[in-house]
Amino acid sequence: MKLVQWVTIIVSVGILTGINYLLEENINPYVIRVVVNCGIGMILAMSLNLVNGCAGQFSLGHAGFMGVGAYTSAAITTVLALSPFFKTDMGVGCAIVIGGLAAALAGYLVGLPSLRLKGDYLAIVTLGFGEIIRIIFLNIEEVGGARGLPGIPPKANFFWVYLWVVITFVALLRLLRSSYGRAILSVRENEIAAESMGINVARYKVVAFVISSFFAGIAGGLFAHFQSFIDPNSFVFNKSVEAVIMVVIGGMGSLSGAILGGIIVTVLPELLRIFEQYRMVIFPLILIVLMLVRPMGLLGHKEIWELFRKKASS
Amino acid sequence: MLQAFLQNIINGMAQGSVYALVALGYTMVYGVLQFINFAHSDIFMLGAFGGFFLAKWLSPFISNPLILLMAVVIGSMAFCVAVGLTIERIAYRPLRTAPRLNVLITAIGVSLFLENFGQIIFGADPQVFPSLISTHSLLEGEGLVLNNIQLTVVVVSVLLMLILHWIVRHTKLGIAMRAVSFDIEVANLMGIPTDTIILFTFTIGSSLAGAASILYGLSYPKIEPLLGMMIGLKAFVAAVFGGIGSIMGAAVGGIVLGLAESFTVYYVSSTFRDAIAFGILILILLFRPAGLFGTFRREKV
Repeated sequence: MKLVQWVTIIVSVGILTGINYLLEENINPYVIRVVVNCGIGMILAMSLNLVNGCAGQFSLGHAGFMGVGAYTSAAITTVLALSPFFKTDMGVGCAIVIGGLAAALAGYLVGLPSLRLKGDYLAIVTLGFGEIIRIIFLNIEEVGGARGLPGIPPKANFFWVYLWVVITFVALLRLLRSSYGRAILSVRENEIAAESMGINVARYKVVAFVISSFFAGIAGGLFAHFQSFIDPNSFVFNKSVEAVIMVVIGGMGSLSGAILGGIIVTVLPELLRIFEQYRMVIFPLILIVLMLVRPMGLLGHKEIWELFRKKASS
Repeated sequence: MLQAFLQNIINGMAQGSVYALVALGYTMVYGVLQFINFAHSDIFMLGAFGGFFLAKWLSPFISNPLILLMAVVIGSMAFCVAVGLTIERIAYRPLRTAPRLNVLITAIGVSLFLENFGQIIFGADPQVFPSLISTHSLLEGEGLVLNNIQLTVVVVSVLLMLILHWIVRHTKLGIAMRAVSFDIEVANLMGIPTDTIILFTFTIGSSLAGAASILYGLSYPKIEPLLGMMIGLKAFVAAVFGGIGSIMGAAVGGIVLGLAESFTVYYVSSTFRDAIAFGILILILLFRPAGLFGTFRREKV
């Protein structure tokens, strides 16, 4: 790695630590909660964006992979009780990464057969897998079954969540600008054309799916270690839909759009709290109107900084 | 042993025919427009509530249970048709030329809207669906029960499916529907009013959902605003199982799914009730992606 990158990493870690310190000392817990949930939402949206926005496949089972990550990491830090190491900050960090890897494995197993299918079928299969994963957790008594899994060490604070936001963002941005990323984009644009240019469409779809599942698992692990309690109902179909809405609102295929979507979808229900029960009606209405008026989402395929750049040729 | 087996078949048939009726709505809309109408499950839910209120209002005036049942079924069907057509007109028609993904997302939006709207209007607590016809057993052996409601459910479903089959196979409208589902653009060029046909497809699908919701209410008298979600998903699985776009397939798929579920609950565990449907879905998509009765169309450049 170049020196610049090392400096960037050190600076961003420093900034995050600083903000974390300020938040925990001065801001009320409700705000911290919303901010951290935003971060988890961003990771979720960015990861789903890779499949839904960039590879052009429609996955409706993201909550399932989030659940795999959450349950795996939570199991490591609680019921498995491998060693006291997994109760410390670093241990929880490792557990979350293992959770991400487990989710990636699940993504591989799900993706390999189902990515042969197109469009709506894929949506339904991923939906089905998401539900099956949830029902499996419902039936494993060791992790609490329907009662849920309490007592997870609440180690994921602002710092850890936003560190992962940065890692996800940088990793996905680098990925999209590599030859892998261009191949994934070409799958979205035209599968047949991509295939005839020698791109192994099935392989790149699976690659996108696995990476996406990994980060979804990370989001799940962070979620588990932030809430310190999870149950199968945390990962229902509606959670997957929420992730899809984040991606769609922000703009399909735009990383910064996904971040924007993650913020909007997390913060908007909080702002709409004054409307009490009507907020969950307003939300889908916004989605429908958005689809009718601006179907490509707020940012479209563009990244947010591209909007301010002058057109190169005109 | 044998009694339990037969009993499961009876239960599965009754449950499965409800799935089949809902599945028909999915499969028909998918046939003409190639998208999953996620809102269909909520039309089903609204039909159940429509029937619930209709039965409440009408029961003081109509004493004959059979006429009351007919009135409730027809009223609920009409209500569902009105909802279905409104959704098509407002949300789906402006997106006729948009990418399919956008239509799918809109459908999810409509579905969420109806669910949350239902929770505000009807309250989140389950309501008890009035028993329109009194339950009595028609057949009673050792541990084997067949009551009149189960029989009604199966008979009404089969009747509706036969009517549908007749409409699709033997009327001019049916020919037009099949033409639109084969190729919407060419059908339009041939002078078929495609928008009207699509509206008609929604009419049939929604009315079947309305009828199914009353049949469901008769056999499981507990209705709530989120009731459509699981049933809708399973009905869609049934449609895919039979081959989406195929009417015969939806009917068979619904029955098979009902049977599979009833056997799973009896022989395995009731917690796996919802998983079996998706398990079936994944198996069928892996080994025969076009479904039992579907034909696979290879994409051309």
